[in-house]
Amino acid sequence: MPDEDKKRAAHRALVDRVLNGEGRASPEQRARAFSNADIPPPLHTLIGKVATRPAQVTDADFAAAMASDCSEDQLFELVISAAVGQSARLYEAGLGALAEATDNGKAG
Amino acid sequence: MMRLDILNRGYGPGTKLLFALIRVFSGHPVPDAAKLVFYRPDFYGARAKKFTHEAMRGPSGWSVADRELMAAFVSKVNECAFCVGAHTATAGQAYQDGAKVQAVLADLESAPVEDGLRATLRMLGKLTREGKVGSEDMREVLSAGVSRQQVEDALAVCAAFNTTDRLADAFGFEVLSPEGFEAGAKYLLKRGYR
Repeated sequence: MPDEDKKRAAHRALVDRVLNGEGRASPEQRARAFSNADIPPPLHTLIGKVATRPAQVTDADFAAAMASDCSEDQLFELVISAAVGQSARLYEAGLGALAEATDNGKAG
Repeated sequence: MMRLDILNRGYGPGTKLLFALIRVFSGHPVPDAAKLVFYRPDFYGARAKKFTHEAMRGPSGWSVADRELMAAFVSKVNECAFCVGAHTATAGQAYQDGAKVQAVLADLESAPVEDGLRATLRMLGKLTREGKVGSEDMREVLSAGVSRQQVEDALAVCAAFNTTDRLADAFGFEVLSPEGFEAGAKYLLKRGYR
């Protein structure tokens, strides 16, 4: 396996485990956190910040999320899902732009 | 203390013993980054370590030092104090030139690095900050002499640290002392992320 494919394969294994493996949060909840979409309040504040402005996460965001009947283990999984989801989107966006640049280069 | 109590206290006896041994032999507390990957490693830690190790230590046209610098740079864009500290120290040791790393983090455009690395860091910064880059950004990197595979390798580093930065900030990793970061850097250069 070429080295760059080993990197991509290791990344896919992480994404696949977080989304589809066994967990305390349901696969549906993890998928929503991964996509940062359709997350009910009060959990939406914490998950949204993890995805888009992680440096602004506060103790209060965790306290609010805990008050939503989420266990610590579920929050552990949902925060990880949000972080892995956002970085997966960045990875895809970068690889897509690279493919576009090199395909255009060939055509031109 | 991390924001989830399970990450401070939810470890079995074997892991607790390991943490105690690390404390004794390193002279430093176990960094929160290490604790995170030991908590239910089947959910995140095992595969995250494998991907991060592959990105940071696997074969690449970039040196280990270059990749540690990318990690520090992405972390700076994300304002992640723990990861900036950890990877500034690691890149500085790997280059044996801490001033070079500080110069890149202070002002990429005037820093004493090769044009290809500078263009790559600029693109990773834009991707991390804005969530997207265009084919024109990639063409700039490629025209600075960076190979397609090197761009892919840099994107893997970027993906690994956009994940770690988010978890460090969300869970609240405690920022270490300068000596703690230097000790961690020595470990990462010797053992990697496995």
